[in-house]
Amino acid sequence: MSRVNQVKNRLFTISVWVVAACVILFVFGLLFLILQRGLPSLTWDFIFGLPSEIEEGGGIGPALFNSFYMLFLSMAIAVPLGLASGIYLAEFAPENKLIGFVRICVEGLASVPSIIFGLFGIALFVEMFQLGLTIIGGAVSLAFLNLPVITRVTEEAIRSVPGELKNASFALGATHLQTIRRVLIPSSINGIVTGICLASGRAFGESAVIILTAGVTTSGVMWDFNLMSPGETLAVHLWYVQSEAIVPDAQQISQKAAAVLLFVVLAINVVFRIPLWIRERRFR
Amino acid sequence: MIDTTSTHSLAAAGELGQSIRTSSGRWKDRKNRLRFYNRAFRVICIASAIFVCMILLSILFFMFRTGVLTFETVSPATFFFSADWSPENESYGAFVFIFGTVALTALTLLISVPISIFVAVFLAEVAPAWLRNALRPVLDLLVGIPSVVYGFLGLTLLIPLLRQMTGYDLADGILAAAIVLSIMVLPTISRISDDSISAVPRKFRDASYALGATRFQTVFRVVLPSARSGILYGVILGMARAIGETMAVVMVIGNTPQLADALFKPTSVLTSNIVMQIPNVPFDSTWNYALYMMGFLLLVISLVMIVVIRVLQKRGAKA
Repeated sequence: MSRVNQVKNRLFTISVWVVAACVILFVFGLLFLILQRGLPSLTWDFIFGLPSEIEEGGGIGPALFNSFYMLFLSMAIAVPLGLASGIYLAEFAPENKLIGFVRICVEGLASVPSIIFGLFGIALFVEMFQLGLTIIGGAVSLAFLNLPVITRVTEEAIRSVPGELKNASFALGATHLQTIRRVLIPSSINGIVTGICLASGRAFGESAVIILTAGVTTSGVMWDFNLMSPGETLAVHLWYVQSEAIVPDAQQISQKAAAVLLFVVLAINVVFRIPLWIRERRFR
Repeated sequence: MIDTTSTHSLAAAGELGQSIRTSSGRWKDRKNRLRFYNRAFRVICIASAIFVCMILLSILFFMFRTGVLTFETVSPATFFFSADWSPENESYGAFVFIFGTVALTALTLLISVPISIFVAVFLAEVAPAWLRNALRPVLDLLVGIPSVVYGFLGLTLLIPLLRQMTGYDLADGILAAAIVLSIMVLPTISRISDDSISAVPRKFRDASYALGATRFQTVFRVVLPSARSGILYGVILGMARAIGETMAVVMVIGNTPQLADALFKPTSVLTSNIVMQIPNVPFDSTWNYALYMMGFLLLVISLVMIVVIRVLQKRGAKA
């Protein structure tokens, strides 16, 4: 009996190691493959070049620019609003049924399919305001997509600050605002920044919302800050080139675009978190 | 003496932080200024919370109002149970897509849940500490990889591979989509399960080992059952992601409105159908309303799942 158990246990340990190793190697292999196929053949011409509709040799310049531009716009809307409403829910909100309902709504919309926000963007910007497919429509829809996420992350981070810290601050005679600014936000900054990083990565790589609200074309000009021009982003371009476009070198373009996209998303996550890691080290 | 929990209760929170109540009366002195800042900040926070709520409610409202217009021309029974989607001939049966979404989600979970739980058990129970500490942030990073990249991989690697292995001309279909989605939801499910397995108190394990159980028995009879609600939470989140995923699915599923009764048959799900058709449809048409109704359906499904998670968490907190 115990012999059988020993064997089972051994088998179990081995199988766990094997499955985990396979999965991890597999996923890393995929990521490595993307970067390895795309990055070596990258040129500045490709990164800043204009896309072409028919001939080969098109670049991703406007799409890449639009990606960053929209990321910036949507974050400029979503971060202040999300932070403020997160702070409200954590600090000021009374505990009643209404606030409970609001919390469920926020939580629900944080995990609602992104395409819903695309449909909402169409109804609002294309249909109600008659703007057509524009950068501003895409950016605001993206902001709506990230608003519940940031709200929730902020609320949770601030709630997780120990009550003693808050009491100590009040005991020193600090006002509520001073407590929030000097105590609560600094001690929960780790969670908040991580949440904002995740949200910006999501905004940068989001494609369904952009296709619906900002279209699959660019204005064809580099550095186009006009809010009313169509705003295809890099993620959309990757899909468009691979499935709809007729350029002969679609395969190469999409390989390189995928590598750039992946690289930027990883970079956003790493760059923003490095200061946090350093901070954590220092406090230890 | 000093009650540290009092800040959590509302009355105390109301009294604390009010140290500027008394003022010397002059306008613009420090106390008045601080009080003004506090008030202004509070108002700003309330305003943004109200704004966020308004957006959320207007999304619900818009989706519902536009979607319900479908039923002016199409009966609900046709919409939900007819498998004939040919908007050119005025027949709007969304059953194909609803069925596709359900089947795709089920298949995805069938593939990803066992693997994810293995990975979670590995991370929480088996792996040495250095490997665990290295892998956890990396898995967190994987959650943020854009879905269109996974779709691109599926299109350029998986589909040719499946074509070779099966000999079909078209390997697009529900199996390809399920594999891509499984890779996508794997980090989500395994990290949440990992967290909940790690949160099982040490004494449970000690007790099990003290009774002479092996690690295999401990994991399956003690640890996994007590981490059940956390694992379920991860699975539901993964499910929500699988149901709502659009672009990765669009690229590998074939986008043809036919019933997904075989693994290798081009089909379509709710999300992929919406995103492929809506750019070419006039807003005030039944076709468009039907697409919005499908969107509303997705919205309702994912909200219901969130409520389920809430209930689970409440029960978990009690137990």
